[in-house]
Amino acid sequence: MLNPDAKLAPKLFEADVPTKPTRDGFGTGAVEAGKEDQNVVVLCADLAESTRAEWFQKEFPDRFIEMGVAEQNMATVAAGMARAGKVPFITSYAAFNPGRNYEQVRTTIALNRVPVKVCGMHAGVSVGPDGATHQMLEDIGMMRMLPGMTVIAPGDAEEARKAVVAAASTDGPVYLRFGRSATPVFTTTDTPFEIGKALLLWESETPQVALLSTGTLSHTALLAAKALAEENIGTLVLHVPTIKPLDEKAILSAAKRVTHMLTLEEHQAMGGFGSAVVELLSERNPLPMRRLGVQDQFGQSGTPRELLAHYGLDAESVQAAVRALVQA
Amino acid sequence: MTLTDTEILVLEKKAELVRETIVEMLVAAGSGHTAGPLGLADIFTAFYFHILKHDPQKPEWSERDWLILSNGHTVPVRYAAMARAGYFPLEECLTLRRFGSRLQGHPERLRLPGLETSSGPLGEGLSQAAGIAYAHRMDGKKNHIYCVMSDGEQEEGNTWEAVMFAGKHHLSNLTAVMDRNNIQIDGMTEDVMPLESVAEKYRAFNWHVIEVNGHDLRAFIAAVEEAKTIVERPTLVLAHTIPGKGVPEIEFDYHWHGKAPNREEAKKFLQQIRTMRGKVPHEYA
Repeated sequence: MLNPDAKLAPKLFEADVPTKPTRDGFGTGAVEAGKEDQNVVVLCADLAESTRAEWFQKEFPDRFIEMGVAEQNMATVAAGMARAGKVPFITSYAAFNPGRNYEQVRTTIALNRVPVKVCGMHAGVSVGPDGATHQMLEDIGMMRMLPGMTVIAPGDAEEARKAVVAAASTDGPVYLRFGRSATPVFTTTDTPFEIGKALLLWESETPQVALLSTGTLSHTALLAAKALAEENIGTLVLHVPTIKPLDEKAILSAAKRVTHMLTLEEHQAMGGFGSAVVELLSERNPLPMRRLGVQDQFGQSGTPRELLAHYGLDAESVQAAVRALVQA
Repeated sequence: MTLTDTEILVLEKKAELVRETIVEMLVAAGSGHTAGPLGLADIFTAFYFHILKHDPQKPEWSERDWLILSNGHTVPVRYAAMARAGYFPLEECLTLRRFGSRLQGHPERLRLPGLETSSGPLGEGLSQAAGIAYAHRMDGKKNHIYCVMSDGEQEEGNTWEAVMFAGKHHLSNLTAVMDRNNIQIDGMTEDVMPLESVAEKYRAFNWHVIEVNGHDLRAFIAAVEEAKTIVERPTLVLAHTIPGKGVPEIEFDYHWHGKAPNREEAKKFLQQIRTMRGKVPHEYA
């Protein structure tokens, strides 16, 4: 059943659950952070509307910097601005930011240890029709490898807003991952969010399988948990928005309450969130696991729904994977 | 503010000491870049002993001018000048590139106060300097931002993204210095990837450009002073330098771009520097 302490949205299992893209949460959160701290600036690489950077631009035109199509320069100019006391959010599609500018992020932001907040929009296959070039599936892996980098994949627009505000007030560099398509808003303003903390969403009376999920697929995990409960397969769902630093305590505690674990992410199954969980558990609490993600392939054009089903990331696929895991 | 002959002589003597320190550091380290740091010795001397508003005791002083080193592989010249200016003890220079040293092979700002940024990967200094300049202008601050970069790194796309950005925003509080020594690791820049006419290219991007002999301290300082009078655009000081300057035996030789002298070579080099006294005649070419 749902964890009452998570104070989740009442309609989250209903067909008319409100939906919003997590990038909207960026737009709202950036304005909020901008009001709290006048050093917050937003840099944009010719994608003001679709990244929602323009919401900040409208509110703070003097603190919005249009970089043109130049993601490498955006990262390095931001590094300089951060050295001089600003808190820059750099925005573009994740395929380019940090896809294009990874070395700049590594050297001038991570090694320099300056508080630049790298915002990768349109991550995952749910970008949809744009196809493989724009469906970033390697960013979590790339970014979590960088020493000192915090990595956050918010679960919905509301959590994205909170994550942006929280990122603005942390000292170090942060990577924030957002999606393009509208996804269910399953949390509320009262749902707790803290960088580095996982959130228990669901726990059956006798859970067999822990579903650990990051990003918007945590709602999918909830749908699967509910359906599995009707088949008498008990699960717990742990939403892990912060991939680094990983909430080891919560993950180890979840691992101790179940016999099997499954991770879920809209990212390559290799190197991302699932890998981070496996790295932890293989040393501290090994148990039978399965990592759901894209299996060493690029994306393609399609609707988000078609693509998530094709890559085995919809609720039905999660349920099938759980059944296979417990029956194995 | 014309410098007197005596003031110039004092600076030239400083430059000679900086060159000696560079050779001593490199031979102690056993690896590193020789030509670039020697070629930049006059420019870094001018910065640390005349141009920069700075305080070695307070590296993060909010009123300071910023000196960003983009081509991080030339950092021995910066370490030598910083040590001579009092940022850290001179003997620490001999720890260059050693395990545990604050003097990393390529500069890391978190290890040594006063470095401003970490650098090495090319083409990233100018945009960081532009970001610092932009932020200072937002805050109405008067600090001047300098960026030293190589000619080879003009081959990086990121450099031109920064040139465009600084030109667009009329960043007059930004002065870039290009070490135009014509060499890079694989040979002469004009063979590897022609850069000329690089001055015209910068002008086309709304920059003010001053060409100068990078070993003529009086001319270099005058160029930097001129840059401060240009209020509508950033300035590039295109400083023509001789790689390996001060050691006639290696001047202009790109083979010395990426290697350090051994002890025997260093002995010769030091003798040559000491007879040069930092003077800049071209008969050694």
